[in-house]
Amino acid sequence: MDCNRVFVSKVKRLTIVFTLLIAFLSIKIDTFAQVDSAVVPVDSTVAESAHAASGEHGAEAGHGKEKFEPTKVIMEHIADSHMWHLWGHTSLPLPVILYTPAGLEVFSSAHFYHGEEDYKGTYNTYRLVEDHVKVVGTNGQVDETVSVLDFSITKNVAAMFVAILVILIVFISVAGAYKKRVGKAPKGLQSLIEPIIVFVRDDIAKPNIGHKYAKFMPYLLTVFFFIWFNNLLGLVPIFPGGANVTGNIALTFVMAFGTMIIVNINGNKYYWKHIFRPDVPWWLYPIMIPVELIGIISKPFALMIRLFANITAGHIIVLSLISLIFIFETLAIAPVSVAFVLFMDVLELLVAFLQAFIFTLLTALFIGMAVEEHH
Amino acid sequence: MELVTPSIGLVFWTALAFICLLILLRKFAWKPILGAIHEREQSIDEALNKAELAKQEMARLTSQNQDLMQQARAERDEILKEAKTLKDSILNEAKKQAQVEGAKLIEKAKIEIENQKKAALAEVKDQVSTLSLEIAERVLRTQLDDKTKQEALVANLLKDVELN
Repeated sequence: MDCNRVFVSKVKRLTIVFTLLIAFLSIKIDTFAQVDSAVVPVDSTVAESAHAASGEHGAEAGHGKEKFEPTKVIMEHIADSHMWHLWGHTSLPLPVILYTPAGLEVFSSAHFYHGEEDYKGTYNTYRLVEDHVKVVGTNGQVDETVSVLDFSITKNVAAMFVAILVILIVFISVAGAYKKRVGKAPKGLQSLIEPIIVFVRDDIAKPNIGHKYAKFMPYLLTVFFFIWFNNLLGLVPIFPGGANVTGNIALTFVMAFGTMIIVNINGNKYYWKHIFRPDVPWWLYPIMIPVELIGIISKPFALMIRLFANITAGHIIVLSLISLIFIFETLAIAPVSVAFVLFMDVLELLVAFLQAFIFTLLTALFIGMAVEEHH
Repeated sequence: MELVTPSIGLVFWTALAFICLLILLRKFAWKPILGAIHEREQSIDEALNKAELAKQEMARLTSQNQDLMQQARAERDEILKEAKTLKDSILNEAKKQAQVEGAKLIEKAKIEIENQKKAALAEVKDQVSTLSLEIAERVLRTQLDDKTKQEALVANLLKDVELN
C-alpha cells in the first residue's frame, strides 16, 4: 500500500491548494463585495461572465455594471445545471424529470426561463432556485415539505452521454477494425488505442491481479476509458465539453461503489479471513475487526474523493486564473492569465490521464488483494 | 457542502449509463479487441519460435553440409588414391604378363625353328642318302660293267666281312 500513501499525500496537497485558492478568492470578494449579497438568479451578467470564464470572450467583460463574483461563477461551473449554456444568452434546455409522491413529471427546463418564471406542472408548481427544482406552495413560497426526487437529464448527465457516445463510436469502430484486419498490424485509430489497452492489461491488470486478470479486464478498461474520456471532454471549453462530469461527487461515488462491489463479491476466503480473523492476538480483535471493516469502505472512499478533488481542483484553478481578468478589470492581466491557463490546461491533460490511470490501478490493486491466494 | 453531496439523479443516471456502457463495450469492444490482441501476440510468439527453430535447423544443416562436404572430399581423395594404386598394379601386371607372353612366344618360336631345322636336316639327309645311293648305283653300274670287276668287289666285300 505504499503507492496508495503517496496518492493520499497528493490529494492532501491538492486539498491545501484548493483551500488556499478559496481563501484567496474570498479575500478578493471581500475587497470587492457589495452591500447586498442576496440570491441573484442566473442573470445575463453572470451568464456572460461564466461564458467569458470558459475562455471565449475575455475582452467582452466590463460592460456590465454589476460586480463580478468569481466564487459564484466558478461554483456555478463546477456544479450541475438544468440547462447547458452554449454562448451569450443561448442555452440548451434539458429535460427535467421529477419523481413526486403524486407521480412522474417530465418537462423541458426551458419553461423556467433561466429561473425567472415558475412552471405549473401536472401535480405541482415548480420553481428553479439556484438551479434546484423546488415545489412552490399555494402561498407562492417554496414548500420544503413536499419532497421531489430530481432525475433530470442535467448538464452533467448530458455531457456524460456525449462521452459515452464518443467511447462507443471509438471502440466499436476499433473492434470492427480488428475483425476486418485479422492478424495484421494495427492501423489508424486502432494503433492509437491498442497501446493503451495493452498498457492497461500489462501494466495495471497483470502485475496487480495476477493470472486471474482476464475476468476483470472489461471492468478495468471501461473504468479507465470512461474516466479518461470524461476528463478530456471536461477540458474542452466549448459545447459539448466543459462539464465537470468526473469532478462531480455523484459520478465518482458510482465509480467507487462499483469498485467496492467488484472487490467484495470477488473476495476469496483469505480476504475475508484477513478481515474477520486477522493474524493478531485475539484480544486485539475488537480493534482490528472494526478497522478492517472501515478499510472496506475507506478504500473506495479514497478513490471517490481523489478523482473528485483532482478534477474539480483543476477546473477551479483554470477558472480562477481566467477570473483574475475580471477581478482586476483590466486587459493587462490577460496575457498573464492566459499563459497560466495554458500551463494549467497542459497540466490538466496529464492529470486527466493520471487520474484515470490511478483509479484503474488502485481498483486493480484492491481486486488483486481480494483474489490473492496465500500458500 | 452541496459540492460534496451526491445528487440522486446523477447517481441514478451515472449508474445506469455506466452499466450499459460496461455491457455494450464488453460485448462489442473488449471481447473482440482483447481476443484479437491475444491471438496476434500468440501468432507473433509462434512465428518467433518458428524462426528460432528454423535458424537452428539452418545452422544444423550448414554444419551437416560442411561435414558432408568434408566427407565427400576425403572419399574422393581415397577413391583417387585407390584408382592410382589400381592403375599402377594393372600396369605392372600387364607389363609382367606381356613379358611372360613374349618369353613364351620366343620360346615357341625357338622350338618351331628347331623343329623346322630338324625337319629340314632330316629331309636333307634323306635326299643326300638317296642321292648317294643313286650315285653309288651309277658308280657301281659303271664299275661293274664287266665280270671281273664284279668278282673283285664281291671278293673285297667278303674280305671285309671276314675281318669283322
